[in-house]
Amino acid sequence: MNMKQLDRRSFFKISTLASGGVMIGLYSGSVTETLAQQGGRGGQAGPAAAPNPNFYITINPDNTFIVVNKNPETGQGMRNALPMLIADELDVDWKQVKVAQADLDANKYTGQIEGGSTAIPNNYMPMRQVGVAGRLMMVGAAAANWNVPATELTTGAGVVTHAASRRTATYASLAAKAATLPLPDAAAINAAFKDPKTFKIVGKPIPGVENFEIATGKPVFSIDVAFPGMLYAVFEKCPVFGGKVMSANLDEIRKLPGIKYAFVVDAPPPAAAGQRGGGPAIGVSATTLTSGVAIVSDSWWMANNARKSLKIVWDNGPVAAESSEGFLSQARTQATTGASQPPAGGGRGGAAVGNVDAAFQSAAKTIEAEYHFPLLSHAPLEPQNSTAHFKDGKLEIWSPSQIPGLPNPAAAAGLTPADVTMHLVRAGGGFGRRLYSEYDIEVAKIARVVSEERVKAGLATVPVKLIWSREDDLAHDDYRPAGYHFFKAGIDATGKLTAFRDFVPSAAGVSPAGEFPNGFVPNFQVSGVNITPFNIPTGAMRAPSTNGISFVMQSFVDEIAIAAGKDPLQYRLDLLNSPNAPPAAAAAGAGAGRGGGAPAPGAAPTAAGPTPGYGGLTVANGNGAPFNAARAKVVLETVRDMSTWKDRAKLPKGTGMGVSFQFAHNGYVAYVVQASVDAAKKIKVERVWAAVDIGNQVVNPSQAENLVQGGFVEGMSHIMNWEITIDKGAVTQKNFGQYQPTRMAQVPPKIEVKFVPTLYSTTGLGEPSLPPAVPAIANAIFAASGVRLRSLPVGKQGYSWAT
Amino acid sequence: MAYTLKINGKSQTVDVPAEMPMLWVLRDTLNMKGTKFGCGIGACGACTIHVDGVAVRGCQTQVSTVGTKTVTTIEGLSADGTHALQKAWQQVDVPQCGYCQAGQIMSAAALLAKTPKPSDAQINTAMTGNICRCGTYLRIREAIHIAAGNAGAK
Repeated sequence: MNMKQLDRRSFFKISTLASGGVMIGLYSGSVTETLAQQGGRGGQAGPAAAPNPNFYITINPDNTFIVVNKNPETGQGMRNALPMLIADELDVDWKQVKVAQADLDANKYTGQIEGGSTAIPNNYMPMRQVGVAGRLMMVGAAAANWNVPATELTTGAGVVTHAASRRTATYASLAAKAATLPLPDAAAINAAFKDPKTFKIVGKPIPGVENFEIATGKPVFSIDVAFPGMLYAVFEKCPVFGGKVMSANLDEIRKLPGIKYAFVVDAPPPAAAGQRGGGPAIGVSATTLTSGVAIVSDSWWMANNARKSLKIVWDNGPVAAESSEGFLSQARTQATTGASQPPAGGGRGGAAVGNVDAAFQSAAKTIEAEYHFPLLSHAPLEPQNSTAHFKDGKLEIWSPSQIPGLPNPAAAAGLTPADVTMHLVRAGGGFGRRLYSEYDIEVAKIARVVSEERVKAGLATVPVKLIWSREDDLAHDDYRPAGYHFFKAGIDATGKLTAFRDFVPSAAGVSPAGEFPNGFVPNFQVSGVNITPFNIPTGAMRAPSTNGISFVMQSFVDEIAIAAGKDPLQYRLDLLNSPNAPPAAAAAGAGAGRGGGAPAPGAAPTAAGPTPGYGGLTVANGNGAPFNAARAKVVLETVRDMSTWKDRAKLPKGTGMGVSFQFAHNGYVAYVVQASVDAAKKIKVERVWAAVDIGNQVVNPSQAENLVQGGFVEGMSHIMNWEITIDKGAVTQKNFGQYQPTRMAQVPPKIEVKFVPTLYSTTGLGEPSLPPAVPAIANAIFAASGVRLRSLPVGKQGYSWAT
Repeated sequence: MAYTLKINGKSQTVDVPAEMPMLWVLRDTLNMKGTKFGCGIGACGACTIHVDGVAVRGCQTQVSTVGTKTVTTIEGLSADGTHALQKAWQQVDVPQCGYCQAGQIMSAAALLAKTPKPSDAQINTAMTGNICRCGTYLRIREAIHIAAGNAGAK
């Protein structure tokens, strides 16, 4: 299937070229209503909000259909999923559909964001509404043409049928008539959803619409965007966060072969604290320019090569005094005095239920442990890049952003957003990295400077493509915040958990205040303090907060179960079966409301889309939805029953099984992992089972399974090798050699995935599969070797993958 | 410096520095974007091409070293996307983001050319230089088996 890049002009072109074709103006509701309501035929209600006319469907004269995906595509399969929802309700065959990508256009679309696993929950009903509206218009046109009641008409494969008179009409033949009819209102649309049991496209494994292009090397990625005469840019920034250019040997650089332009880009005055992700970075912001030197050539390789000759005098600034070692030692110092203190004044990320200190006194046994996990870089395989053309006071930009236009690159080019046209180009992975679009901001500025130079010299303006090197990407990310956790738990003589405490010296406010087992233990306390200074930019990485929290919480719960002499899987189920009596769990701070007993099944989630400050949220693992113990139990029981958990005692020495579960971004995922560890500390992940509850409808089972397996494989990277360390304010790791992702030989032969259908609204799957993968592996390693892994990555502790 | 290269059965002359890696000759000079930039140090495999049938990293292959050897890129693996691997990739629905997949297919094609019925272990060895950040390795392995006519084999 061909992808078509739509822009405003090509909309117009399609309308005029395809004579007889009709573009239908349709509706998109706002996202919050969809998330907030349940019930209705699809398990969710359609938004009742006043709809805005938008553009999603073009009917071609040959009765094929161009269906628009409005969201960015970074590998989650949105170019399939959203058009599949429209096409199914429109009642056409998938083979009649060509998918087109929308530009960023606030006048037509809402929520053009890839992040927070929100695309499915926020668009599931609105995209269905779009399809229903189209179908109703076709039916209405046929009813008018044939003078029969619409209720006597049926649809299928883009054809309306009147069985009684044996008449049929293609949608294409009805399009002109339909265009003269009023658009159906929201009430009529919401009354006409298909019964999901009759879906023909949704719920079927539909291969990616760009698979052919990908398999044949067609230029579909952002980095592939090219124009005649286009120039290539590199942008050298200070290795130390917040550092600034004092001077640079630009005259020498300009004399190098192939170099067209070289100039300093100044940073604006320091950004407000906390602007970028969760880290109050000094002078570093994803919303404004960072100081650096731009080099522009007609070859990226030559521009990048010129960096070897670049001599910059930097003002490193105050961040040069910061290091990972310093963060950890400060955390330990804070823990010696702070861990026993209850959260002060309901401070950030705190929780206090019951009295943990009294409970520790009366406990039959207490368990203490220190856990930590490092900063991580997202490292999508396509390096950051963006292409911009500044011409006549306007900027056109081709971007791989997950959240295009936020921040809008207009300001960097001295323009207003109205002067910017933004094209959404397929990205080679996102994982949250492309929620921070510094490359858009940088290229906007660079493109303007280059165009102005060229105009002065009497030359035509040209587009400029900025590509970061891999080294740039690892050195200038918005990192997954590191975590330091100082745990203490108490159990009674029967092994029952009576008290749970976590002290969290924090770099970015990520806290497990609302996390399980809060709500399932009578005494629960989370408190923390800030590590200062901490000026490393942090942000949202796949499954923000739980991507690290799950490792520490699900590992420590495992430790407690072992100390209690219990089956770790059953121990979790027993906890879930004994919620505190409501209205318990008065969690203080931003974690309030999570885990407070067993919420009513079906309690309505509320929307909380990602923002540039997302990584700083205290608990960001549920899009605001409450934890539902019943759903957690279902995935745990399912993974127990689909795996060989019950036979694990028969495993050979050196082999063991671990379990974990996690509620993340409205999804529930449980893993059982079988792993072996040999005397040389070589780890082999042998078998993996995953049970997943993402609600009542898996939109595309093929992509969904792929995302779960990929989440587990990413978890393997987290556990073994991934770590970003800061030394003198700069990142130590340079390239994949020091930041090894999982390789093929390390993955098990199979990762069995079972989707458990439940009655809850369907939700997204970009994030939920990652977090519990990490503790499931760690717990399996404990079962295999008796060694509890309490800090990541374990590659630093002598472990490696067996191959 | 002018070099005449045999790329995908076609003779192409480029005027570039001797040290320029084939990755950038292909991408920027010849506007062939199928070969991908991932790391620039030969650690990720996204730029895998064939030189005389051998899978090499385009970012580590200077143009001056190619001489009269034949170069094959993803664009030339088949005339119309019908190489068994390209078909299998679509059948298995391998890609997530898709960025690494051209390099994966090129490594797999070099493997199958020498080892038509590879085992899992042989596949793992041949593919170890290719990173898939999205983690689609299970499907890559399955697609290679299908292309090899090994369906069901391990």
